[in-house]
Amino acid sequence: MADYSWPEPDSQGVLRKSYHRLDGAVKASGAAKYSSDENLPGMLHARVLTCPHAHARIERIDVEPARRMPGVRAVRVIQDAGSEVQWALDEIAVVAADTDEIARDAARAIVVEYQVLPHFVTEEDLAAAPDAKPGAEETVGDPDAGFAQAEVAIETRLGMPQIAHMCLEPHGQVAVWEGSELTVHISTQAVSTIPFQLAEPLGVPASSVRALCEYMGGGFGSKFGPERWGVEGARLAKDAGRPVKLFLERDQEVAVAGSRPSSFAKVRVGATSDGKLVAWESESWGSGGVPGTSAIPIPYVFTGIPHQRKKHVSVPTHMVGARAWRAPNHPQAAFVTMSALDDLAARLGMDPLELFRKNLDLAPESLRETYAEELEIAAELMRWKERWRPRGERQPGPVQRGLGLSIHTWGGRGHRSACEVTVQPDGSIEAKIGTQDLGTGTRTVIAMVLAETFGLEPHQVKVSVGDSRYPQSGPSGGSTTVGGVSAATRRGAQDALREVLAKVAPELGVTADQLEAVGGRVRVVGQASRSLSWREAAAKIGVVPITANGRNPGPPADLTNSGVGGVQMADVSVDLETGVVKINRLVAVQDCGLVINHKLAESQVFGGMIMGIGYALYEELVADPVTGRPLNANMELYKLASIADVGELQVHLMDTPRHQARGVIGIGEPPVISPGAAISNAVANAIGVRVPYLPITPRRVLDALAASSGKAS
Amino acid sequence: MSDEHESRSGDRADASSGLSRRSFLRGGAAGALATGALLGTEPVRGAAQAGETGASFVGPGEVGIELRVNGAARQLRVEPRVTLLDALRDRLDVTGPKKVCDRATCGACTVLEDGRPIYACTRLAIEAEGREITTVEGLGNPDGLHPVQAAFVAHDAQQCGFCTPGFVVAATALLAEHPSPTHDQVVQALGGNLCRCGTYAGIRRVVHDPGRG
Amino acid sequence: MDAFAYARPRTVDEAVELLTVGDAAVLAGGTDLLSLLKDGVERPRRLVSLLAIPELRRIEEAPQGLVIGATATLAELRAHPRVVAEYPALAQAIDGVRAPQIRNMGTVGGDLLQRPRCWYYRSGFGLLAMRDGESMVVAGDNRYHAIFDDGPAHFVSASSLAPALVALGAKVRLRAGGEREVTLASLYRAPRRDGEREVDVEANEVMTAVVLPPVHGARSATYEVRERESLDWPLAAAAVVLWLRGGNVREARVVLGHVAPTPRNAAEAAAALVGGPLTEERAAAAGAAAVAGAKPLRHNAYKVQLASVAVKRAALRAAGTEV
Repeated sequence: MADYSWPEPDSQGVLRKSYHRLDGAVKASGAAKYSSDENLPGMLHARVLTCPHAHARIERIDVEPARRMPGVRAVRVIQDAGSEVQWALDEIAVVAADTDEIARDAARAIVVEYQVLPHFVTEEDLAAAPDAKPGAEETVGDPDAGFAQAEVAIETRLGMPQIAHMCLEPHGQVAVWEGSELTVHISTQAVSTIPFQLAEPLGVPASSVRALCEYMGGGFGSKFGPERWGVEGARLAKDAGRPVKLFLERDQEVAVAGSRPSSFAKVRVGATSDGKLVAWESESWGSGGVPGTSAIPIPYVFTGIPHQRKKHVSVPTHMVGARAWRAPNHPQAAFVTMSALDDLAARLGMDPLELFRKNLDLAPESLRETYAEELEIAAELMRWKERWRPRGERQPGPVQRGLGLSIHTWGGRGHRSACEVTVQPDGSIEAKIGTQDLGTGTRTVIAMVLAETFGLEPHQVKVSVGDSRYPQSGPSGGSTTVGGVSAATRRGAQDALREVLAKVAPELGVTADQLEAVGGRVRVVGQASRSLSWREAAAKIGVVPITANGRNPGPPADLTNSGVGGVQMADVSVDLETGVVKINRLVAVQDCGLVINHKLAESQVFGGMIMGIGYALYEELVADPVTGRPLNANMELYKLASIADVGELQVHLMDTPRHQARGVIGIGEPPVISPGAAISNAVANAIGVRVPYLPITPRRVLDALAASSGKAS
Repeated sequence: MSDEHESRSGDRADASSGLSRRSFLRGGAAGALATGALLGTEPVRGAAQAGETGASFVGPGEVGIELRVNGAARQLRVEPRVTLLDALRDRLDVTGPKKVCDRATCGACTVLEDGRPIYACTRLAIEAEGREITTVEGLGNPDGLHPVQAAFVAHDAQQCGFCTPGFVVAATALLAEHPSPTHDQVVQALGGNLCRCGTYAGIRRVVHDPGRG
Repeated sequence: MDAFAYARPRTVDEAVELLTVGDAAVLAGGTDLLSLLKDGVERPRRLVSLLAIPELRRIEEAPQGLVIGATATLAELRAHPRVVAEYPALAQAIDGVRAPQIRNMGTVGGDLLQRPRCWYYRSGFGLLAMRDGESMVVAGDNRYHAIFDDGPAHFVSASSLAPALVALGAKVRLRAGGEREVTLASLYRAPRRDGEREVDVEANEVMTAVVLPPVHGARSATYEVRERESLDWPLAAAAVVLWLRGGNVREARVVLGHVAPTPRNAAEAAAALVGGPLTEERAAAAGAAAVAGAKPLRHNAYKVQLASVAVKRAALRAAGTEV
């Protein structure tokens, strides 16, 4: 059996270099056709009528006014009379028409009568929740004895609201039938699994469904399924006998197409007077809408706290069910845990960096060394030791500066994936793989692995992704894509190369294992003069191309690994008079195994940090207590961080031989975990009190300051 | 398709024509041309240029208009309510500008109108007549990138790329005016564009890159 | 967005005539109106565009001051040398609109007459957002709403330029049958009942110009508190105009923005500024005076402090202190 491995650092030609992303030029010039850019001949436009109430029963629905409108080609009722709608902006009916304007007119013309029912959307107030579902209490050790042993303990209450994915390209697809065959141009994170997911509700064989997604405008965990609008779009196309484009309006995109659950917790944590953590107690709750929410993994990272008592309450609300949001549950767990530990350090009068260090033995063993190194590097980059001051030590003037830190972990092992590598007799090479490039650089990574293996440059190989007819590849979630596609590609490429080398070997008078493909040539190892150009070598395979199928089998795998650690430190300024928080600097030190492309890996980390600044300072899906409707289902009052708000960002990747030797590990998710905690801790350090809820808006800062001065007076 | 369209447009135009006609009579505007326009058959461009017939309503049915997009004259028929963005994307297949917020906030639809950045989602197509519209496609193409586009590639100032066309256009306008912008100038020029993937670090390198172009 | 008929008159008289047809809205930069149409908050059957009327676009120097055509864009106004030199409060207010797209499209008249951003209003519940005799704003989420009790209206005036222009003593010209010139301040009102508008403008009236009087050496500044540095609505804003003599404040005007249904003239704050040098204490006292009558709602008490700080900082900035 052939073995597969990454080249040693000294023999890497392409890996770990910062190639430009291969689709950079088509995207930057507007030439890239996203699924929502498809304009097919005869294509209809579809619009959805949504429910204005958070909870209501449909008494009557009349779609005839829509049907009668000129230009309307198909109308479907999604929820009929008698249905109970459980969240605002849920889909009621859908219309396909000649133009987008007619489709909107027709959707609005549909008459629906509702019986409005009571709603609950304010889960922050646990006592008011009509349908809270307490989970079982979990204990580790003897929590009461633990707190008795603790010389210092703090109690705090922390929380963060439901937030949106806010993909810039909305969810949706263009559906086209040819006879009984369906093609969907869909904005998705899961090309390979869409056909089966669509086929079942449509009652057609999955083999008759093809999903295409050449370019997509963001998913962040919300675009794994075709969703109901996908199914209904395909049905409209069938009914009308024409292609149908159905992409969500922005308000639907914000309110129903993806959100992260809220999370609240009352936490008590105890330590000895020298800062060793001994006891943890938490009651957490939160909501991801109708299904409530599962427990968050607290205490986070410091899982080995000897005595723990934990309880979680799931709170259903009349909001749409949450979707996986970049690193599900981890940002919440990091915020709750790292804020509590930071408060404890403040109570002890200790530098939190010291407290974190002192307790690294409570973190999973495999990560302790990495954390220790990363804390050192991050502290150096932040000049933490010179600059850190005890919490609340005031500087003259209204603007106070503070530092904060957080640490996090993530898995990131490559998912199951296949890759078909074909070498043509003219030397051209193509990899086909049923994956998708979310903007993470997946295409570029595959090309680099191909090029590395064949001794070529990335622009000399072809990568085909975004088609469910290509060999299957897992959904892009959990930071599993880079490991999955790079391992599958490497395996397929190594197999194909071996076949080529076997054909070339007789020509050079050696055996195949004495040959290598380097620098555009196939040569005898150690004898550069005995070589053929890649093109000459490929010509030896005859007229029939060589095709090899690489497969990443899933764990245990030889080319990819799991389990990373990261540290982030924030430097903020807070205006005590206005409560406005500004990020001066955010530093991320991150491990991700073997880095295939430095620039793209760093871009992932920058992206996570910026998204993290967004939820730390600005983002909140505001549900109206009066109507239960989201009040900010737009981009004006649902606020994303802008280029002006993110301060200076610095990334350090742990690209050491020890880390590289672990193989490829995903990096999409880990960097988004810590910003909330690190920034909250920095704000507390600056102003002397904890702002207990994210986002840290001027209102929350001023409220926290007012509460603390109230307490003091 | 178009048959039903026309009759629909005609119906709706008739509904408002009574009032409008009264206004012509009272205002003494040129009635004949205006009536044609009410039926949605007269190009507005002609009417507006004629001056005295500008004081009449056209639509709500489709009217013929001409847009200048990336240097080319494009004729199309749109209802007055159709935005420049929808005209570009749905009628002219110019899909570089993206539809994201559709409410003059996120900047993904940014185009140049006579050289100045505007939100195409919030300009009526009919109002863009007589203006020079430049989209991201008009700046360069994959084989011949505009220096700002090339800088976006070189500095990896894009991920999913959906905000990129708007940022490229807004950054191009900024750099045309201020080749070495200050922080405040960057805020003023790019504060109307948003990215979700978090590409601001790269975009900053683009606007502060002395080697660009 | 409902379908509408559209006209592009070349003169103000034509525009007035078209508006007189009824059920018509004025379209200028469109940055607010198009969103209102898309959200179905406004559903006029006709739109009358002002962008092809050359006289409305001009910015002219006249004996009575700077006459700013109502469809001059924010960018054009910002570029005018007299704005930069004499009316820094106005220049700073324009700079607060952190999107070139809005500054290039948005017009002076459109900014002054834009509708409130109240999320109940924008959701279709009306300016007063009353339901079953109760204010949805009072019962609901009012974090961005008014902190002064002006009757049943709790939205805040959204205009970016109005605080500065009111403080600078601007007048506006409106034309329907004839032309009237009124103070900008008098244009704004807090509606008392449903269906009443927040500005005193007739349906067929066209704002033709804003007249900015000479300020004779006055210093001025605008200060906005906002969550984000980018395009974002201020949580509170203040414009301050100071006339100094011998280092002492002789006269002052203070106008608050985004804290009440109208730009709020804070005479008490102005009085607190007058009579001595502009010190930090004096500026802070003016801030406190400006909000002395505030009656915040359940979720927006923080805005009382923000308004107070905005006044203090605008005053200091007007006097030349970096804030």
